[in-house]
Amino acid sequence: MASRAKRRKHARIYRANSYFRTGANVMTAFFSAGAYLVFGIMSLFMIATATSAGFAIHGVIILIACILAALTTLGRVKPTERDGWVVPEKTDGGYYDGVIKAGVIATVFWGIAGLLVGVVIAAQLAWPVLNLGLEWTSFGRLRPLHTSAVIFAFGGNALIATSFWVVQRTCRTQLFAPGLSWFVFWGYQLFIVLAATGYLLGITQSKEYAEPEWYVDLWLTIVWVAYFLVYVGTIVKRREPHIYVANWFYLAFIITIAMLHIVNNLAVPAGFGPKSYIVWSGVQDALTQWWYGHNAVGFFLTAGFLGMMYYFVPKQAGKPVYSYRLSIVHFWSLIFLYIWAGPHHLHFTALPDWAQTLGMVFSVMLWMPSWGGMINGLMTLDGAWDKIRTDPIIRMFVAALAFYGMATFEGPVMSIRSVNGLSHYTDWTIGHVHSGALGWNGMITFACVYFLTPRLFGAERMYSLRMINWHFWLAMGGIVLYAASMWVAGIMQGLMWREFNAEGYLVYSFAEVVAAMHPYYIIRWLGGVLYLVGALLMAWNVWMTAKGRLRDEAPLDAGQPYNPSADRPLEPRPAGALAQPAE
Amino acid sequence: MIFENHGKVERNVTILAVLTLIVVMIGGLVQMVPLFFLENTIEKVEGVRPYTPLELAGRNIYIREGCYTCHSQMIRPFRDEAERYGHYSLAAESMYDHPFQWGSKRTGPDLARVGGRYSDEWHVQHLMAPTKVVPESIMPSYAFLKTRDLDMRDAAAHLKANRAVGVPYTDAHIENALKDLKAQADPMGDPSELESRYPRVQVRDFDGNPDRLTEMDALVAYLQMLGTLVDFDSYVPAENRR
Repeated sequence: MASRAKRRKHARIYRANSYFRTGANVMTAFFSAGAYLVFGIMSLFMIATATSAGFAIHGVIILIACILAALTTLGRVKPTERDGWVVPEKTDGGYYDGVIKAGVIATVFWGIAGLLVGVVIAAQLAWPVLNLGLEWTSFGRLRPLHTSAVIFAFGGNALIATSFWVVQRTCRTQLFAPGLSWFVFWGYQLFIVLAATGYLLGITQSKEYAEPEWYVDLWLTIVWVAYFLVYVGTIVKRREPHIYVANWFYLAFIITIAMLHIVNNLAVPAGFGPKSYIVWSGVQDALTQWWYGHNAVGFFLTAGFLGMMYYFVPKQAGKPVYSYRLSIVHFWSLIFLYIWAGPHHLHFTALPDWAQTLGMVFSVMLWMPSWGGMINGLMTLDGAWDKIRTDPIIRMFVAALAFYGMATFEGPVMSIRSVNGLSHYTDWTIGHVHSGALGWNGMITFACVYFLTPRLFGAERMYSLRMINWHFWLAMGGIVLYAASMWVAGIMQGLMWREFNAEGYLVYSFAEVVAAMHPYYIIRWLGGVLYLVGALLMAWNVWMTAKGRLRDEAPLDAGQPYNPSADRPLEPRPAGALAQPAE
Repeated sequence: MIFENHGKVERNVTILAVLTLIVVMIGGLVQMVPLFFLENTIEKVEGVRPYTPLELAGRNIYIREGCYTCHSQMIRPFRDEAERYGHYSLAAESMYDHPFQWGSKRTGPDLARVGGRYSDEWHVQHLMAPTKVVPESIMPSYAFLKTRDLDMRDAAAHLKANRAVGVPYTDAHIENALKDLKAQADPMGDPSELESRYPRVQVRDFDGNPDRLTEMDALVAYLQMLGTLVDFDSYVPAENRR
């Protein structure tokens, strides 16, 4: 009898506790729906007062997003048998991978979209008739669409998805606030849609890689704070004493991007409309912009992606990171030096010489930590180099690191003032950027997608490893055509601009130099097409893997076998066990 | 030593995050803060004035269409650039630019001193069909600017926002924003008030159609004033001044 009373008491406590848990979740759901309602009313206000079609369209997009978000949130609240409400939690005790699955799909989708727009604008430079004479399809509006789609949509989704994967595994715990992680995902997609449609409609600040207007910037700030909370929250509840090095890089990326985004985008709107005026002006604005712009490269496209490198390369190779000490030196020197490099975008401009010189000197110094990181990644393969022949995913990682090394050598060279005097304003810069973007960011993201997809969809391996091989070589061919043509074209362009004849007159008119670029623009376009075809193969491969298909083909090395039973959070320690190390 | 103590940082996310933030703030502070105080980045040069409402509207069209993706507005102090584009650009010439339009790429030529180089008619023809005047051009057509009326509803709001970020527009500038905007494109009116508020302003019908105030008027008015405010016959660089 005593034991029965005890059991009943326990059951009551359990019910009370679970009521508290679900009660809190129900409160959160209602609170979130209320927040969406507020945003929805604001969007109605946008639509009602809009003096431009673009602002009204943005209002409609925000309104639809708010309605969908509120309905989804409220739809999760279910009535209980006894006149209460709960938000049923779906958990099997494993890692919270649903949002990562969505992130990988979004990465592939936006990757294709961004590359496609890139191919279109490359074609427009070769055949201007493709501008179609329409305002929405002219180069000036599509170019920011291309850069934002590949950097923020493709790269950003890859970073968010992989960071959520890595932080859970290396902390051996579930994501903090899984609901908030879904807000991060969908909030980020809304940011992308608003930015992209804004460019097409002519809503832009004209600050490169920071083109979205003030209200889109504010939205991104909210999403980014949520991202920071989910990420740091997960680190705080970790069941490993140490924070693994990949997380340092992801954390530096999240913090620094927040700082750059806020400072560079400070603006005052002109009335209640899409147009705003940046608080900085002229030379101060130029330096702020390139402090931002270069560190979008440094922290978005480098630090964040190094986070990927530090987790996925060792995982795929089945080897520990080459040097722990090197990773410490690499991390602190990279994040300290990168911030100084911005002025190399402003050589020989009205920026004071001392600032230009500082930018140059730090850019050259930056070569060392960059190569330190590359060496740490490549040497992880020490003793496993044979895998390059057999494992196409490892080959992609190695190619990515090789391109990282090349781009971070070329960058310091181009930051030297005398070299920059020739290269600046030319297509050499475009070639340099793409050897980094296509080679380093693209290749490592593709490799991570191939690593994650079978694990997320419960497949033994990718649908086809041979297709990964094809993807690799198509991408490689594309990069070679792209980078080589732009190097040659850019240097030619720079030399033609400055050519004087014996009488002291300029030899070439500007228009003649434009005409000379034509064949190179075609080769570059072809390179882009090859790269896009490779990415389409990846999309097909991911799609078939998600459908649970395996292609019947001659086998290749699929890398480390996946053991789902080992890929789980550590169980909470029983009460009375040793306390966790102090946070 | 350092490597042993680094263990503390690796076990505490607060220390890691704060240290990271401090480390990434240093470079930006050292480079950016002095620019707000140094003589050669905040000096005023004779002739530089805020944009007229029409020029500002044109500038906003320039930004909207992404002209900066192909055209720079920053002439470097090189012999070939001086020959091709004119005197090198001064910091003061973009002191009222929120944001700056220096650009990063020259798919097309630099425009920092394009003002006065070509006729209004040339600009209109070129914007409508670039290859008709420059056969090698790969620039898109902007014919739609010619048929679209300029949106003038918020003329004062734009000046107000600019004043909020530091452009010295006076109350008179703001009150007369709409009037000044129309006056600049009206060759029949009396421009004396406009000229008193905006010295060296160019007043005429820019797009060849005096019946309408179009986006083409605004854009051409902006292009025609670029680089024309400073008189380089009398300008003496700071280091040469006695």
